Amino acid sequence: MIAIIGLVVGVVLGLVLTPDVPLAMEPYLPIAVVAALDAVFGAFRAFLDGIFDDKVFVISFISNVLIAAVIVFLGDKLGVGAQLSTGVVVVLGIRIFSNVAAIRRHLFHA
Amino acid sequence: MTASDDPDRLPDSTPSDSTGPESTAAPPSGMARLRRSFFAPSRGQAVVAVLVGLLAFAVVTQARITGKDDIYAGLRQAELIQALNGLQSASRKAERDISELEATRDQLLSRTQRRAAALEQARKEVRTLGVLAGTVPATGPGIRITVEDPKGDLSLNQLLDGVEELRNAGVEAIEINDRVRVIAQTSFEDDDDGVRVDGVALKAPYVIEAIGNPDTLSGALQFEGGFVDDVKLQSGSVSIKKEDRIQVTVTRTASKPRYAEAVPGQ
Repeated sequence: MIAIIGLVVGVVLGLVLTPDVPLAMEPYLPIAVVAALDAVFGAFRAFLDGIFDDKVFVISFISNVLIAAVIVFLGDKLGVGAQLSTGVVVVLGIRIFSNVAAIRRHLFHA
Repeated sequence: MTASDDPDRLPDSTPSDSTGPESTAAPPSGMARLRRSFFAPSRGQAVVAVLVGLLAFAVVTQARITGKDDIYAGLRQAELIQALNGLQSASRKAERDISELEATRDQLLSRTQRRAAALEQARKEVRTLGVLAGTVPATGPGIRITVEDPKGDLSLNQLLDGVEELRNAGVEAIEINDRVRVIAQTSFEDDDDGVRVDGVALKAPYVIEAIGNPDTLSGALQFEGGFVDDVKLQSGSVSIKKEDRIQVTVTRTASKPRYAEAVPGQ
């Protein structure tokens, strides 16, 4: 329940504050969002499996975001930023799908 | 798929680490665990709430940025270069189109101008020839000759001589009694009480209006033994008046030549 409250608070804050993203961070934000989504779904699946741990979740969340940002940053430096960010999004998308499939099996036994 | 080896799935791969209250209980179903924890707040849930809130915040922000009108703001260098190249080639194409269309326009314009000039030339020629052919009214400096013939002794010859003298002096338009325009084909005939010019019966006094150089015209009539002397011999009288503005208003329709044809290409 607290998690849902946190979700709502985050949305409201984002809508109310309308923060300006620094120009240097702009290419990384979408990738970071996708990576964080992946971490959240992974955590939810772990919770349903009964092996959830908040420390692990925090670490995986942060490291996911950082690694995704670093990959995109490296890609930009190497001149393949667009392709690499596409690749990251594809990989994370596949992981999100598999996690959601596991969650679905847990919740609906289907 | 080897996704289970990735760092994110650490919660999966470290079951020994998760010594939460959930794992000590008898293994319940996921649904039951979810239901139970929904009403039992814990430290872990608070952490999750913070991070999920952060994620939601980022998602909303990113969605807002993406929805903004400036489509180039979030692009990286390579994409910007690509967009720039596309725009450049589009503008080159547009410029090419512009120059082509301008060339076409200039061509059409010059053609129109040439045509207009030719038309103007033709109109001028029509006016000039119209004066000579008597198809348009004419005005200009000239002389007015009034020939009195009280006794009716004046013959056609004197009148014809006068017209011939005027023609020699370069007259450009002649009109007699405001009724007949004298041109190249004009015929003169004798009539019972006067003359017939182009079939129109005229009586004295004859008023001949002639457009041309007034001095030359009047000189051509007044030399020794010329028109004026001739009329006087026939007991008539002539008065010549030079005028700045003679109006020749009588016109005639041009007749198409029946036999003569213009030589083409001249």
